[in-house]
Amino acid sequence: MKRVIKVKNNISIISHASVGGGEERRGPLGDKLDFCDPSDTFGQSTFEVAEGECGRIALNTALTKANLSHEDLELLVAGDLQNQCVGTSLSLGSFGIPFLGIYGACSTCTEALLILSAFMDSATDMQYGGAVTTSHNSAAERQFRTPLEYGGQRSPSAQWTATAGGAFLLGRDKTKPLITEYMPGKIVDGGTLDGSNMGAAMSFAAADTIISYFNETGRKPSDFDYIVTGDLGRVGSDILEDILSRELPGAECFHRDCGLMLYDTSRQDAHSGASGCGTSAAVLSAYFLPLLESGKIRRILLLSTGALMSPSSILQGQNIAGIAPLIRIDSPISS
Amino acid sequence: MKNSEKQLLIKKHSPHSNIVKNFLISFVFGGLICGVGECLFLLYKSLTGDTELSSLLVTLTLIFIASILTGIGVFDRIAKHAGAGTLVPVTGFANAVVSEAMDSQSEGYVLGVGAKIFTVAGPVILFGTACGVVYGIIYFLLSFFGAV
Amino acid sequence: MENILLSILLAFIGGGILASAAQILIDLTKLTPARILVSYVCLGVLLYAVGLYDPLLKIFGSGVSVPLIGFGASIGRGVMESVRDEGAIGILKGGISAASAGITLSLVLGLCASVVFKSKPKKM
Repeated sequence: MKRVIKVKNNISIISHASVGGGEERRGPLGDKLDFCDPSDTFGQSTFEVAEGECGRIALNTALTKANLSHEDLELLVAGDLQNQCVGTSLSLGSFGIPFLGIYGACSTCTEALLILSAFMDSATDMQYGGAVTTSHNSAAERQFRTPLEYGGQRSPSAQWTATAGGAFLLGRDKTKPLITEYMPGKIVDGGTLDGSNMGAAMSFAAADTIISYFNETGRKPSDFDYIVTGDLGRVGSDILEDILSRELPGAECFHRDCGLMLYDTSRQDAHSGASGCGTSAAVLSAYFLPLLESGKIRRILLLSTGALMSPSSILQGQNIAGIAPLIRIDSPISS
Repeated sequence: MKNSEKQLLIKKHSPHSNIVKNFLISFVFGGLICGVGECLFLLYKSLTGDTELSSLLVTLTLIFIASILTGIGVFDRIAKHAGAGTLVPVTGFANAVVSEAMDSQSEGYVLGVGAKIFTVAGPVILFGTACGVVYGIIYFLLSFFGAV
Repeated sequence: MENILLSILLAFIGGGILASAAQILIDLTKLTPARILVSYVCLGVLLYAVGLYDPLLKIFGSGVSVPLIGFGASIGRGVMESVRDEGAIGILKGGISAASAGITLSLVLGLCASVVFKSKPKKM
């Protein structure tokens, strides 16, 4: 089965923006994020709307940076972490851009970029499209876990859902980082139903995607500067690197995880690291894309990782499934 | 990869809770809350002279304090360290009720606060009452046949 | 004076044992906090029913009455007294009426808190 698909035309990330909340501001990438609201509310009355507002700010910032108007965008592919993706539809509707709402749990960032690249590769007269992804800690806690003021202890393997978002504008400018390949993920059983160990559940899907990619293309891990996963956290990263060191020796040295880059666990009590679909969006925009733009790195593989489950499925004793779609991003300078 | 291999990998790489530390902290917090309760009990008893009433007043006082601490956003900061130390005394029950109520306020008072306030209180009241009914039936039968 | 200090110390020990036992269950068995609360209430009814609660209360005082075991025991006591005084109808009447003050205060304070306070984002 062939899974890796080449992008035939020049599709590039012409502009991007990242947004974060208070804990993200305190983290190592704090001063690289375009906008942070230390109160986490983004001026909204509920956290559900705040999550959407986070995406609206990111999209507006990315548009301003590219000197474009929302009317220039012909398609918007976006999603968040809430039931029915309601944060996104509440906040992005006012733009009046044709819209595809997607849900890939925490894999949404890569999934959105993948779908939009595929669209623009076939609709060759399409000039600009946008991909937006957000997550919000308070909205996720309320939906998936416990009330915000509930006095509970988090397990050491638990991750911290990031209050973060990213927006990416895709165009056809050859001088910007290019999306050159994509590969949808497969749903892989995570082997656990422990909702506080989702990094572990997602690591097997990431391993499946990475190993399949290199088997199919025949490339070597050293062809890439980084193999970037979305939000495996400490536990998931350790499992992935353990599998890679046996199945694809050497690949583990190139692995970086966005979930381990958003917070400084030595002074922030994030336990196993960051999670949530805003994590890979914010880290891609704030850290990896600037490196690709300046030519400091040549190319990366990005796999945002998603844990597919619902509070009901966990209570019903169903294992968490993982998914990890992949895109390859090349620097315009070295290629 | 087989499910059993996955579970081995997960087990190998997942960190354990610090059981000794958690044990000690929860012991101290649970003990402190009950110690404060005992002080209150002695105070109320010296005022009212009624053991049963004093014991009830202790419970009510602790529920009140836990509710206020939950409201001003302090309870969860303490409980994060105290673990079962704040959960097991009646303070944990009060926190569960009040935090659910506060959290669902944005969904309205009837189906938000009114319904969700029972998320944790409901199971506690349900199973407590159900156990009480089972005990009541047994006690009734035993006393009916003159065994107690 | 010594009696007062001893009773406070015993309450500390009793509460500490019950809390740390729950902590070990949470850490080792992944038993959720909600299940712990339910188990402790049921345990309280059971301890009262088999006649162990009152001796424990004599030793540890608030050390057993403040944890949710005390809540369960008051349900047990309510049922027992109600059945003794009123017969079979006491099976249904005794439990909740014995626990009514604690439940009512929690619910009313919850309602008040939902009017006065607003949930704040969690801090790490």
